[in-house]
Amino acid sequence: MKNHKSTRDSYGETLKELAKKDKNVVALDCDLGRSTRSFRITEADPERFIEMGIAEQDMISTSAGMASMGKIVFANSFAVFLTGRAFDQIRQQVSLPSANVKLCASSAGLTQGPDGATHQSVLDVSLMRTLPNMIVLSPADGNQAEQVVSAAYEYKGPVYLRLSRYETGDFLPENLSFKIGKAQVLKEGKDVMLASYGPILKNVLGASVILENWGISTGVVNFHTIKPIDVETVKSLGKSYSLIVSIEEHSIIGGLGTALSEVLAEMNSEKTIASLKRIGVQDRFGESGTADELLKKFKLDADGIAQTIKELV
Amino acid sequence: MNIKDLEEKAWQIRLELIKMFSFGKIHHLGGSLSSVDILTALYHYKMNYSAQNMNDPERDRFIMSKGHSVPTQYVVLAMLGIIPMDELKTIKRLGTRLQGHPDILKTPGLEAPTGSLAQGLSYANGIALAARLDHQNFNIFLVLGDGELQEGQVWEAAMTTSHYSLKNVCVIVDKNKYQSQGNVNTMMRIDPLEEKFEAFGWKAVTVDGHDIKQICDALDLVGDNNKPIAIIANTIKGKGISFIEDTYKYHNASITKEEYIRAEQEVVKKIESIRSEINA
Repeated sequence: MKNHKSTRDSYGETLKELAKKDKNVVALDCDLGRSTRSFRITEADPERFIEMGIAEQDMISTSAGMASMGKIVFANSFAVFLTGRAFDQIRQQVSLPSANVKLCASSAGLTQGPDGATHQSVLDVSLMRTLPNMIVLSPADGNQAEQVVSAAYEYKGPVYLRLSRYETGDFLPENLSFKIGKAQVLKEGKDVMLASYGPILKNVLGASVILENWGISTGVVNFHTIKPIDVETVKSLGKSYSLIVSIEEHSIIGGLGTALSEVLAEMNSEKTIASLKRIGVQDRFGESGTADELLKKFKLDADGIAQTIKELV
Repeated sequence: MNIKDLEEKAWQIRLELIKMFSFGKIHHLGGSLSSVDILTALYHYKMNYSAQNMNDPERDRFIMSKGHSVPTQYVVLAMLGIIPMDELKTIKRLGTRLQGHPDILKTPGLEAPTGSLAQGLSYANGIALAARLDHQNFNIFLVLGDGELQEGQVWEAAMTTSHYSLKNVCVIVDKNKYQSQGNVNTMMRIDPLEEKFEAFGWKAVTVDGHDIKQICDALDLVGDNNKPIAIIANTIKGKGISFIEDTYKYHNASITKEEYIRAEQEVVKKIESIRSEINA
């Protein structure tokens, strides 16, 4: 098993391998190819890396045009620019015609780090989740990113891939099977179910251990697919846990917490017993700092998460 | 088709446009009518495109980047036999294949989703880049509105076209001088256009956008030049219907039944006059 530092590293490696086996795989980037790792496609074929300059809107529409010709297009930038700057192009030319474009959104979340609020993407899941035809995926570690990127390649249609530069190393159990739309219960518990996605799942697992020591039994579930949300799993959790806590490196508005609330709120007749608490970025922007400093400040490190949950139960 | 035949074709397209628009319904009249001669030259003179080859990967492609003028393309596609003529009247009605702006999943013969402006040229560049990877050789033509050129993405895309030497991409600006709320250069000046395109690495030529011979000659520069071609077509908004011409007021508007009858009479008279010239 390879040891990936981050989901973006795994993405670059997987993209290169996909490009080797399929000549229709192409990558476009906006002057960030070495950071997003999309540049690694050049190891398979330099012709299939297309530099678009600093022009995200142009890149998305160009990607849609290439997809109309049968190309499987991986369009890259930082999550904040890809979803914010080019939202209208994504809406009209990717989402509406269900174009086969993979939106590879790098450096997502607070863990983008020192560049601060302008560069930290904490609204992207909300923006992408609202688009018809869009699949929203966020792998937790490098091994999972391999599976997620391959699944996005296999899937014919638009996919939003939320990728990160945060270096957690691989931490999920080996040989965990992956399927788009099927949440992974990593751990069962008695009192609380912790629902999360992306690299901070490592901190959630850490918090679960701390809480265990404090006598609070928690389960952990990985919603690597935020859209379509795994309704069956959410309903099942709603019947067996009295408290579900969503934990995300994203605004509490529009992300996983909201997706869970939508399912739970409509469960009335099915007798949910769960209440929901959303942990994440509390309707504010980020700021400069190292990834770890920021996670600590926003109480998204293992200690912070454990402390918040202790206060809830 | 010789030039006179093309002219007659253009006026027949105008007649079908008027019938499709009918009266008492709001449509993008001005920009559809101004683009008629350009689309006539493209579909009936320049492009390798027909009902028979419309799915051939090597066909030429046309993109209405200013998607609100798609009614003209609907009429052209109907006259090519790709859309039934009697379907034209369903435009914008609930359940129709002929949406208010181009929907490639619904309407046969459309090549790009447009409507929100400025995205057509980028999309065309994407088609051209993919075609280059696949060693395919065909042309991609687009009509852009002059108001549309106020959008920044157009110029991002114009850079991309020349940077990657996509010489099979050809832009035709339907320069009808008016946008939704007024005169283009009063609202936000876009001139000088030739100089702008040239500065972005294109070869630009200006033609009378209602002189089909001039349009055809300019289109023949495509592929015969080391730069992508931008054709600035000076047109009259609402061309062909006297009371609709040269104003922003019919950008998106309806006409009365009396005006409709008058419009139809004006166009029919023009067709008869061209026919008599052909027969003379």
